[in-house]
Amino acid sequence: MAILDILKLPDPRLKQISEPVTVFDQTLRDFIADLEATRLAGPSAVGIAAPQVGRFWRIVIVDLSTRPKTPNHGHLVLINPEITHWDGFAMGREGCLSVPDYTGNVIRATQIRLTAQNADGVEQEYEMNGFEARAVQHELDHLDGLLFVDRVVSRRTDLYRRKVYQ
Amino acid sequence: MTDKQVDWNLLTLVGADRAGIVARVTRVLYGLGCHLGEASMIRLGGNFTIMLMVSAARPNADILAALAPVAAELELRVHLDAMSGGLHQHLLPNLQVRVTGADRAGIVADVTEILAAQGFNILELESDVAGDRDRPVYIMNIQGYSDHTIESLADALAPLSERGVAVDVAPVDVLIG
Repeated sequence: MAILDILKLPDPRLKQISEPVTVFDQTLRDFIADLEATRLAGPSAVGIAAPQVGRFWRIVIVDLSTRPKTPNHGHLVLINPEITHWDGFAMGREGCLSVPDYTGNVIRATQIRLTAQNADGVEQEYEMNGFEARAVQHELDHLDGLLFVDRVVSRRTDLYRRKVYQ
Repeated sequence: MTDKQVDWNLLTLVGADRAGIVARVTRVLYGLGCHLGEASMIRLGGNFTIMLMVSAARPNADILAALAPVAAELELRVHLDAMSGGLHQHLLPNLQVRVTGADRAGIVADVTEILAAQGFNILELESDVAGDRDRPVYIMNIQGYSDHTIESLADALAPLSERGVAVDVAPVDVLIG
């Protein structure tokens, strides 16, 4: 396993949209192991996305298993993930391995339903809420070239950006 | 820019709110070769208030002299003080304390004395007076760090409810992803 370099703002590659994974082979499994090693080497991140290490595949890892009081599905490798349902919203403070030394408030759905493949290509379905749902939404944003700083509504206060209807 | 070689000043400006204050002030600072660091800028009571870290690129007297025409035109009160410290010294909060109550003198002192006794380090505090003029309501939101448990803080703050102040303590979860 290798610790990979993490792309950091303002690296323009973080804006790149990642491609679906089509081949589930040993190369993929090796990369996932490296991605996980990189997550664990950083400052207590609950998730990481492949494009954060410059590999533009639709892969994220989310792991809240170290937070027993937070409802979670344990260590998850989510490949080609799709959120199929959103409900509720809440403000929460986020930071990112790709944006060191900055946190800000972001609105996320509080409940989501999700489909994703695992490392063997088997499709799974999940229902998530709260912190785990937030973590998944944060990581999936990376696959579409979005960082939490693109969604920060306020550094400090619970302000909501007014929706603009066009 | 790395922060290692930079000495910082804290620039404070206050004046009646109007459009263009930030643009005019920061253009002058840029013209002096100053870098800007962390800032807090907010409208308070009809005034616009600025607290801004400004690199000590030039002697303070030069910075103040350059700002003087803009300050005079926009009727801004200006202070510039050397500060210790620098960038990248953030602390993350782990607790949030929300306070509401019929407005009266002493709420902030009452709440924060209890928090201080619990080793609570206030990192951010916002407060406002809502309601109407006849029945003002004081609302305060504090984020900070304490090693004490939520239960310990909540118990310490509980007596305030008998004095008409509602206090809620909640964890702040910062997601790093």
